[in-house]
Amino acid sequence: MPQYKSDEPRQLVILSGKGGTGKTAVAAAFAHLAHAGPSAIPAVMVDADVDAANLELVLGPEVVERHDFTGGSVARIDPERCSGCAVCEDVCRFAAIQVAAEGGAYRVDPVACEGCATCYHQCPDEAIRMEPQLAGRWFRSRSRYGPLFHARLYPAQENSGKLVSLAKQQARRAAGAEGYPLLIVDGPPGIACPAIAAASGADLALIVGEPSVAGVHDLERALEMTAHFQLRSLVCVNKADLNREGVEKIERSCGARNVELIGCIPFDDAVTGAMVQGQPVTAHQPDSPAGHALAALWHRLTDFLDGRPAAASSDATYPERS
Amino acid sequence: MRIAVASGKGGTGKTTVAVSLALSLTTDGAPAGGARYPPLLIDCDVEAPDAHLFLRPTIEKTAAASVLVPAVDESRCTLCGLCADVCEYNALAVLGDEVLLFPELCHGCGSCSLVCPEGAISEGPRVVGRLEAGHAGELRFARGVLNVGEPMPVPVIRQLKAWARPQPGQLSLLDAPPGTSCPMVEVVRDADFVLLVTEPTPFGLHDLELAVEVVRELGLAAGVVINRDGIGDQGVDDLCASEDLPILLRIPFDRSVAEALARGETLIDVWPEYRDRLRELARGVTERVLVAGHG
Repeated sequence: MPQYKSDEPRQLVILSGKGGTGKTAVAAAFAHLAHAGPSAIPAVMVDADVDAANLELVLGPEVVERHDFTGGSVARIDPERCSGCAVCEDVCRFAAIQVAAEGGAYRVDPVACEGCATCYHQCPDEAIRMEPQLAGRWFRSRSRYGPLFHARLYPAQENSGKLVSLAKQQARRAAGAEGYPLLIVDGPPGIACPAIAAASGADLALIVGEPSVAGVHDLERALEMTAHFQLRSLVCVNKADLNREGVEKIERSCGARNVELIGCIPFDDAVTGAMVQGQPVTAHQPDSPAGHALAALWHRLTDFLDGRPAAASSDATYPERS
Repeated sequence: MRIAVASGKGGTGKTTVAVSLALSLTTDGAPAGGARYPPLLIDCDVEAPDAHLFLRPTIEKTAAASVLVPAVDESRCTLCGLCADVCEYNALAVLGDEVLLFPELCHGCGSCSLVCPEGAISEGPRVVGRLEAGHAGELRFARGVLNVGEPMPVPVIRQLKAWARPQPGQLSLLDAPPGTSCPMVEVVRDADFVLLVTEPTPFGLHDLELAVEVVRELGLAAGVVINRDGIGDQGVDDLCASEDLPILLRIPFDRSVAEALARGETLIDVWPEYRDRLRELARGVTERVLVAGHG
């Protein structure tokens, strides 16, 4: 049975596959319930959805530290030095380099540029340099419910996975230093680079599904992804009363994969109402149907975080630069 | 003409809008507003592709989506390390007496094979996903699917867009992934118009603001569809007014509609009058594009 080192916080990551299933509403409720009350576990929160970070909207953070995040580089061609030989255009596999309309100098489309530096290495005139891009920021904040690490990837930037890894690394460090036993990571949608980065190193994933045909399909993709990286997963179903048949499908799918379905949250206006008030639903309307369901879900989840070891830690390795 | 359907926030109804819009344009083959119908619908959300669940298309052809990755001929390699030096993605490393490749990190740029002084590096495709195309009734349909465990959706999206070509003049509708980073940008960057689907909540508003920043930075024309109108607050309306973003359609929230969509129905199935509203939306968008093109 694995033993936990006291200075290594456990990591719970909340994932979904499909966007908009309610990951952030669930994460916000967990932040609140972890902070105080019968099932409290001191936790550091991480918003790992860096290109649409919403957790801050319901946790009331006060930013304590701000840091720049430098992402990949973009090629720039010095028109004075460019002889118009077209080598850069020929070697670019991302169609990012074209000849400027007038004259012979070439130019780089920064949006299409992959930052691979092939042109930089091949240019016979040494006319190209690689410019690191200020791609975002990360923040350490004090929220109503404890420390929050969050980040913002600037629009249209790359390397979201790298920023997720950075925010998580900082959160893990702080949790270790300050004695927090738990990290709760609100993940991004999807199953690729930023979701893999959010899941990397986690002890347990909670996948928030919804019972729509799309929700069931994408929940299965998310479960395949966590299985691929050998990350132990649990499932909960949000808006469960919208489609009984979908919940049954999720039950069957979980059963076939030996994954536990640990809770259902009903569709409830109180969730939107709380969001408008900038609060977790469990704080704003604890007696609403969703509030009760989330409290029960959190209580159930603490069994997996506390009493029983959350299985072997994931071996997911995150590709640093994708 | 290309119309991309995007959003910052996930789950706002992009696929519902894209699919329903495509279906609303199936019955009239005449060119309207400069774009030929029925359209080609391309599901570009390769991490979570869902449009086929509503359209149930017949798939007629498939192709692999791949990234070119290096292979090192050990008999020629002198372990000079230049290949690893130029790799911006840390996909190659010289360790001891071998060159290690981490294929999932490779972006397929080819820099390593170009710099290798011994000509020891060749490249071959590594499959990271698949492309599919077919028909759903009159509608042409294509989608990309990223293999589970692969970190990079962008190559699949890029190849899908190059592979699923519309016929001359045919309207193509691209269903984008959520977010505002590279996969979303890859879908929208050459669109003639971006339909931003949002919901009138603080999360919807916040993520719409980010999506608007992207379309502004890329210099794209855009309009907004407010889904689940009536829940939440006024923030999205205020933003659209201050940003001069046209609100092209409002879809009211209705629990019975949410239930029908969850079962796999489309807007047109549950509210037949939406066929005309969506056609009107398409006409409005194509006119805006034409006016912008001539202006």
